[in-house]
Amino acid sequence: MKPGIVTSLLLGAALSLAAGSFAVAQDKTIKIGVLTDNSGLYSDLGGAGSTLAAQMAVEDSGLAAKGWKIDVISADHQNKPDIATNIARQWIDVEKVDIFVDVLNSGVALAVNNLVKEKNSIMINTGAASSDLTNAQCSPNTIHWVYDTYMLANSTGQALVKSGGDTWFFLTADYAFGAALERDTTAVVVKSGGKVIGGVKHPLNTADFSSFLLQAQASKAKIIGMANAGGDTTNTIKQASEFGIVAGGQKLAGLLLFITDVHALGLKVAQGLNFTETFYWDLNDGTRAFSKRFSERMKNKAEPSMVQAGVYSGLMHYFKALEANGGNPHDGIKMVEKMKSMPTDDPLFGKGTVRADGRKIHPAYLFEVKKPEESKGPWDYYKLIGTTPGDQAFRPLSESACPLVKK
Amino acid sequence: MQALYAQLLVGLINGSFYALLSLGLAVIFGMLNIINFAHGALYMMGAFVAFFLLNGIDVPTMTSLLNGSWLTLFNGVSLPIVGTIKLPPLEMFHVGIGLSYWWALIIAPIIVGIFGMILERTMLQWLSGLDHLYGLLLTFGIALIVQGVFQNYFGSSGLPYAIPDELKGGTNLGFMFLPIYRGWVVIFSLVVCLGTWYLIERTRLGAYLRAATENPTLVRAFGINVPRMITLTYGLGVGLAALAGVLSAPINQVRPLMGADLIIVVFAVVVIGGMGSIMGSIITGFALGVIEGLTKYFYPEASNTVVFVLMVLVLLVKPSGLTGRAT
Repeated sequence: MKPGIVTSLLLGAALSLAAGSFAVAQDKTIKIGVLTDNSGLYSDLGGAGSTLAAQMAVEDSGLAAKGWKIDVISADHQNKPDIATNIARQWIDVEKVDIFVDVLNSGVALAVNNLVKEKNSIMINTGAASSDLTNAQCSPNTIHWVYDTYMLANSTGQALVKSGGDTWFFLTADYAFGAALERDTTAVVVKSGGKVIGGVKHPLNTADFSSFLLQAQASKAKIIGMANAGGDTTNTIKQASEFGIVAGGQKLAGLLLFITDVHALGLKVAQGLNFTETFYWDLNDGTRAFSKRFSERMKNKAEPSMVQAGVYSGLMHYFKALEANGGNPHDGIKMVEKMKSMPTDDPLFGKGTVRADGRKIHPAYLFEVKKPEESKGPWDYYKLIGTTPGDQAFRPLSESACPLVKK
Repeated sequence: MQALYAQLLVGLINGSFYALLSLGLAVIFGMLNIINFAHGALYMMGAFVAFFLLNGIDVPTMTSLLNGSWLTLFNGVSLPIVGTIKLPPLEMFHVGIGLSYWWALIIAPIIVGIFGMILERTMLQWLSGLDHLYGLLLTFGIALIVQGVFQNYFGSSGLPYAIPDELKGGTNLGFMFLPIYRGWVVIFSLVVCLGTWYLIERTRLGAYLRAATENPTLVRAFGINVPRMITLTYGLGVGLAALAGVLSAPINQVRPLMGADLIIVVFAVVVIGGMGSIMGSIITGFALGVIEGLTKYFYPEASNTVVFVLMVLVLLVKPSGLTGRAT
């Protein structure tokens, strides 16, 4: 071996040791993993839009100018928990990913939740619905950012029972999310004085709902609660109108609908639906400004869904916490605690907090889909008909089964 | 009991899609010996063509094509010498034709059929005589590419397509509310299925076709252009898929993955009915729709697996399928 090589090797070793010791105090590298459905039925509400939202958060944070190095990577989990955990494991072990965002699909989210906890990483979940993420399955490494089944049930369910819809029939997607949404909605319906008179569980990604709709029709329930999402919900709504369900006096309750679903259905079919979201692009100047920049960079000029908006908002808060910390400790629990200790504030979701159980708190909005003649143009779809303040929208800590909540 | 009748009828409706699709597959397999995995993608294209015919489509202007703006496809790509490609956006103009559903029923199968024939001429024909596996892989690849392109431009939630005004509404049959459109689907696809069966099994053209698959050399000796016949047959099978796509557009969302979700079930139908058997695929299509409908009523959780359970049973007992002839 030539002496020159030995010297450079030694020098290299010394430098990397030095870098290692500096890392404790001021490592300024961040790696963000957007784990989402890039190709399946949920890819419009998360997918490439979530990756774009993450990139926009990186650009808007201004951290690059302050010497931070931030990478965003993305992968398609295909709505399969096993594929998702394999990707997540590789991201943590090999790619050194610091934080997972989006992670839509409750089945996937619950699986990744366990892994993130085991590896002391971070998940800001903006896509999954199951309220278990901050209840029995809560974790010191997870923040549930945008919405959950408890909140959806609470807002939409209560409003519908109050307006006379006291008998319910459920069409439920047969996996973790559907079960959680049905359970939480049933609780609200019963508590508000209503009754659940039946239900049917359908496989995820069903094309034809006519059999299920006939059963719902035969039940004579006043409300048909759709505890499903994405393509399943749009197909249900479309075919329900075909079978004359709404015309026959029954009302459809979209327990989880996204703006991308309404866009796909068209106002003619979707008009009059009530449902709850925590973000809409046309809420105020802040949301409009962000959405304008977002849609200009999106294919088809789509406005952001609440899941995508959540990726931006969650990452902005993460960046604030990192900046306050002065560097990236690559320590999941530590950073999540830091995020919980700071109030959140961004133009998309307004002022809020992150609770001890990992629940992000902000207001929930009850919307009604506009009639075609009320809409002023593409993506002008919602009328705001009610707001639940943040402190009442989500499961109260007193009812929580999360061990992180001190009682 | 009333609910049961309703489920039977609903099953029949779904069965008509299975029948149309598996019929196209059976025609293609019977005549070309190709396992056409692109069938789902072509079905999807049928629905999209119907959508474009009604709502128009954005196409790049001639000037922007000529001045090289179409290279925007590669925007953002870094090249060693040129650097990162950045070009002005493609100028698009909207071609609105506004052709109704009824026109789509005729035009969409023709357009998609021509696309299919181009596929056959340029790619599939080179696979004749080779192992089935090659055709399967090629058509599967084509399906992935077509679906990917559509998903790239139109997203995954799909586009709305309304039921034509003439077929809106429904009638109360006593045991169920039957949307007129669904009734139309059953009757129309039954007519098309039987027509296709008649064409292949009972006419002179059909006889040529069947002869050409048995012994192409001999048929050629009679002065019949066999390759052209094969191409037209593939076009016919593909056209049937596109027709099913148009029929389903008002019921389901027009989505890039609508075919991918369906094609696996349809293949199971073809396997159960017997590969290549025309009548077998029609009957099994309708029958499996009904069985699936009943499962949705009695045990909904199993509704998307019941077809495969049946397939396994049939393969165990009669590997050539219910109506297939052992070769």
